[in-house]
Amino acid sequence: MRARIAAAAAVAAMLGLTACGSDGGGADDGPITLRMTTWSANEAHVKLFNEIADEYKKTHPNVTAITFDAIPFESYTTTLTTQIAGGNPPDLAWVLENAAPDFVSSGALLPLDDTLKGAEGYAFDELAPAATKLWQADGMLYGYPFSTSPFGIFVNTDLVKAAGQKAPAELIAANEWTWENAAKLAAAVNAKTGKAGLVVRDFDYKGWDNLSTVWTGWGAEAWSADGKTCGFDKPEMVEAMTFLHKATFTDKAFPGPGTTADFFAGEAGMTITQISRASLLKDGTFGWDLVTLPDGPKGSYAVIGQGGLGVLKKGRNAEAAADFLAFFTNPANSAKLAQFFPPPRTSLLTTDTLAKTNPLLKPEQLEAVVIDGISSGVVKPSHTGQAELSQAVRSALDPLWKPDADVPAVLGGVCTAINPLLAK
Amino acid sequence: MALLTGDRKAGRPSSRPAPGGTRRWWTTRRRDHLAGYLFIAPQLAGSVLFVLVPLGLVVWYSLHEWNVLADTFEFTGADNYRAMVDDPNLPGVLRATALFSVGLVALNLSLALFLAVLLNQRLRGTAFFRVLFFSPVVVSLVAWTIVWGFLLQDNGGINGLLDTIGVDGPNWLRGDLTAMLSVIVVQVVKNVGLNMVLFLAALQGVPGELYEAARVEGASRWTQFRRITVPLISPTILLTSIITVVGSLQVFAQIAVLTQGGPGSSTTVLVYYLYQQAFQFHHFGYGATISVLLFLIVLALTVVQWQMRKRWVFHEQ
Repeated sequence: MRARIAAAAAVAAMLGLTACGSDGGGADDGPITLRMTTWSANEAHVKLFNEIADEYKKTHPNVTAITFDAIPFESYTTTLTTQIAGGNPPDLAWVLENAAPDFVSSGALLPLDDTLKGAEGYAFDELAPAATKLWQADGMLYGYPFSTSPFGIFVNTDLVKAAGQKAPAELIAANEWTWENAAKLAAAVNAKTGKAGLVVRDFDYKGWDNLSTVWTGWGAEAWSADGKTCGFDKPEMVEAMTFLHKATFTDKAFPGPGTTADFFAGEAGMTITQISRASLLKDGTFGWDLVTLPDGPKGSYAVIGQGGLGVLKKGRNAEAAADFLAFFTNPANSAKLAQFFPPPRTSLLTTDTLAKTNPLLKPEQLEAVVIDGISSGVVKPSHTGQAELSQAVRSALDPLWKPDADVPAVLGGVCTAINPLLAK
Repeated sequence: MALLTGDRKAGRPSSRPAPGGTRRWWTTRRRDHLAGYLFIAPQLAGSVLFVLVPLGLVVWYSLHEWNVLADTFEFTGADNYRAMVDDPNLPGVLRATALFSVGLVALNLSLALFLAVLLNQRLRGTAFFRVLFFSPVVVSLVAWTIVWGFLLQDNGGINGLLDTIGVDGPNWLRGDLTAMLSVIVVQVVKNVGLNMVLFLAALQGVPGELYEAARVEGASRWTQFRRITVPLISPTILLTSIITVVGSLQVFAQIAVLTQGGPGSSTTVLVYYLYQQAFQFHHFGYGATISVLLFLIVLALTVVQWQMRKRWVFHEQ
């Protein structure tokens, strides 16, 4: 009998102990540990981050550990917000451009101006205003745009040759690099080689904001600059989307919905993506080129995607985290990071600096796509309440991805769906 | 239980009144109770900590507007419930949920019963087929769904197969109806084995002499099935239908992986809508309100099924 009670008590106590065992220890005083969430588990990126962190720890013995927590890109913002909601915010976090308005306006991030301006040799004034614009509110900077990466078109020159077409570089030289010709080229690649023509990477008929790399050529925008007026039913957008629809379903220049084709695996003639993806071509088995986006009816244009780095106010060591941010993004470290992430510092935006760290890209490619792109680029669409807006647009755009879609009617439907959200 | 009862008898002689009040208070009966409570304590603590407390918290959160980024948590009373009544998306979500549940339950139970009856025959190779149909149950749900996602693509395996017999298959995950159908079938194939095994066990419990007697009376196979098999396995039908209905309302991973609620919002079921509201749109208060609704729906359906058992479950009094 006694043995039985003892056994029961032991089981109960053991489980009780396990339940309490994972109590996290506080770090309010004494040694500081910092955690930064990122969406890159790329070995080369992590290695560089760790080198910078090790160097920082040498001069800051109170900081005992700096960890880089890679979260999958697709669920990045959701996971980050859930960590914040669960009372376990990171000290520093990468923020995607489409989440920037929410993060910047909500007060979740620490203003960085004082820390950055006060850091020795930081050269705060050389940050390009075009790059920092999205990360400011009331004249204060809430996120450092560590990556300002323009979109370009990677070309599989082998497939273009196999299709018997002029390469984009030749079309550019002849001043014929327009969307019309790019679509013709893509359709020819598809018809002659059976591979996909042109893939808008990460779109996959869901990530519609990536289509801004196309419709900006028509002067179209998802919503007005003040974020209050829907742009989907405007004539420029109808024209751009009609082009896209025809190119997809009639000419087969773009792979249709439900078809996967990975450019970097040699399955497509061209892809629109950011230059940071050039690293995927390191062991390339095919000839490739990087060119600017084609001209639209409104002439030449550039689109940029951004990633910002911010300090969470709710983090346990916000001050120390801001200090590390200043170190992580100082001119010397920015130059190192430039090999993966085009920096917002004007002094680093030269072909020389970028060529040193981007050996896969030729100087003229860097000049055309990166340097010109950053100075003139339009940032991908973003808005407060982006997740909800984005879902509403995706859902309302779905009827467009059918061969017999009524393009103006569908686009009108998008505005009906998002107008209440834009008015919020 | 048998152990405790047996032990109590064995322990009785030693628990005769002994000198001293404490000894009398600390009776075998009390000791047994304490042992019982201690044994269920871990489970009870787990249930309280991980079921009852979160359940209470969800109701509490549903009365608040919780902005995670701005770090605000304001009491708003019934505002979220009023917003839910006015939510223009909710009717579509409830329709999709009902369609999914009805489709899943009907297909899953009928297929499971059909397979169980087939595999209940004394034939060569039935063991192999039992294993075959049960094996998807033990496969990781997400891995299963991802592979099906590849198969269901426009240029995927299923359309490739259809192509060989000259059929031009639809773009499964891009059409409103075919997307819902695909999600249902993927889920049915995954879980039908579990219900099949339960039905199989029930079928093997039906006494053979009843069929013999029925045959002597001249009953057809169908009459035997209807008059003998179904009534005798009705407790299992009740069990499997409750499990399947409740399970169908909780579907999430398949939707998240295969369709993300699309095309349009044709496969946005209640749990996925809850996830969108809370974790993607950061409306944690409203998300909690939807989970209260989900809880009430599951509760109501279970109560209805439980009440209905008296009418059609054979063994129930």
